[in-house]
Amino acid sequence: MFELVGAGFRAIGSRVVNGIWRIGFCARFFGTLLILSGTSFRRPRLTIREIYFSGALSLIIILVSGLFVGMVLGLQGYDTLQRFGAADALGPFVALSLLRELGPVVAGLLFASRAGSAITAEIGLMKATEQLSAMEMMAVNPIARVVAPRFWGGVISMPLLAALFSAMGILGGYIVGVIAIGGDSGTFWSQMQASVDFHHDVINGVIKSFVFGVAVSLISVFEGFDAQPTAAGVSRATTRTVVISSLAVLALDFVLTSLMLRG
Amino acid sequence: MVRLRDVQFSYGPRQVLRGVDLDIPRGKVVAIMGGSGSGKTTLLRMIGGQLRPRSGEVRVCDSLVPELGRRDLYALRRRMGMLFQFGALFTDASVYDNVAFPMREHTDLPESIIHDLVMMKLHAVGLRGAARLKVPELSGGMARRVALARTVALDPQLIMYDEPFTGLDPISLGVIGQLIRRLNDALGASSIVVTHDIQESLQIVDYIYFLSEGRVVAQGTPDEIRASTDPWVHQFVWAEADGPVPFQYPVSKPYAESLLGDAHV
Repeated sequence: MFELVGAGFRAIGSRVVNGIWRIGFCARFFGTLLILSGTSFRRPRLTIREIYFSGALSLIIILVSGLFVGMVLGLQGYDTLQRFGAADALGPFVALSLLRELGPVVAGLLFASRAGSAITAEIGLMKATEQLSAMEMMAVNPIARVVAPRFWGGVISMPLLAALFSAMGILGGYIVGVIAIGGDSGTFWSQMQASVDFHHDVINGVIKSFVFGVAVSLISVFEGFDAQPTAAGVSRATTRTVVISSLAVLALDFVLTSLMLRG
Repeated sequence: MVRLRDVQFSYGPRQVLRGVDLDIPRGKVVAIMGGSGSGKTTLLRMIGGQLRPRSGEVRVCDSLVPELGRRDLYALRRRMGMLFQFGALFTDASVYDNVAFPMREHTDLPESIIHDLVMMKLHAVGLRGAARLKVPELSGGMARRVALARTVALDPQLIMYDEPFTGLDPISLGVIGQLIRRLNDALGASSIVVTHDIQESLQIVDYIYFLSEGRVVAQGTPDEIRASTDPWVHQFVWAEADGPVPFQYPVSKPYAESLLGDAHV
């Protein structure tokens, strides 16, 4: 009995120690990545290539999702607002929901599952097939050459994708609220223009999406770099990227929203 | 060129190297042989600075490798080339881009010069016609030859080969073996070949070290090895099942207990 309880405590202790060790390792990895980021900017083609793979190739899922989320917001918003005689506020409702919350958060979640998982799998497979070791032996630092451009590609892509998500969402809200239901187009846009504050709503949304971009990109490259060099190891790392990134986006959203509402 | 003295190394509690002494003179091709798990690849990684010994001296070009900082280690690695067991080619790049990679990373040469150099390297390994192929389109032997061209792209002074003959057909095996010798002589380099292939090695190398259980158990020139009566060497050269080189990984349980006991390993 005592042995069983002891083993349970040891297992928990081991997991906690491993977790703390990994967080420390990730922090050191992040520091090294920032120090070695010069190559990403001295040779912009490396980073632009990653912006294409992380950003441009994520456009379809971001644009289509944004459109549908906006259309749903239009339907739900109109249904709720018209009960209180406030259907004119549909424009601000859709815009504020998207710019403040849904744009950065949903784009962050989609980015983690589409681009984050791809980055982890690619780096993990490069490790498993000794491509990173080969690079090291050719006196090329894989963090500078492989990891940093992917990280910065993700960081730059994420705010752009969030902005496009919000823009498509607003278009979706317009299609439902104005074209399908028959609301007034002028009211939709003018109310939106009057209610949306550039600094408080738009810039804060951009800040959120930038922070999510840093978090998701860091988790993606770290999990790939730290993956066990086996098929199962890369698979586990990819899954961890999606799970941890999604949780990080939601948790960071709460923290950032609290700070922004206080400010 | 390379000098190892009393090198010890462990992976956790498992000791892999137990006091290895080894010399690789300039201009020579030296083979390191031994059974699986005898520490051959570990030794290569230590010479390349990817692993640090627990104790002992690893010296390459008069530099103590474990004591080098990252910058100095990278400067030393620019004078080395390493052929990995499965090539470790960049799978998303073409054959041409793989060979051009070290040149683009470490030189400011214009693309026209890089093109000529890449073609010369590919011609040396017989694959000039495959320059535009993608890595997944290559056979195992071709991939090994491309990796060899990439390894010598910057004319290294020390070339390390990790199992270069594994999985090759007899023709590719002979071609790769001759390439190793010719490249070494043409570049005036030193080469370390980690391999199991005794017959091919005896034809191309100048000196052979036999490693077993983390120690150098025999060494000599190919002629000395052929004439050797040392039981380690004899078993290896004649591929005998019985002898001092163990086939079984060390196990504490008797065989009968493993078969008749519970299902746990």
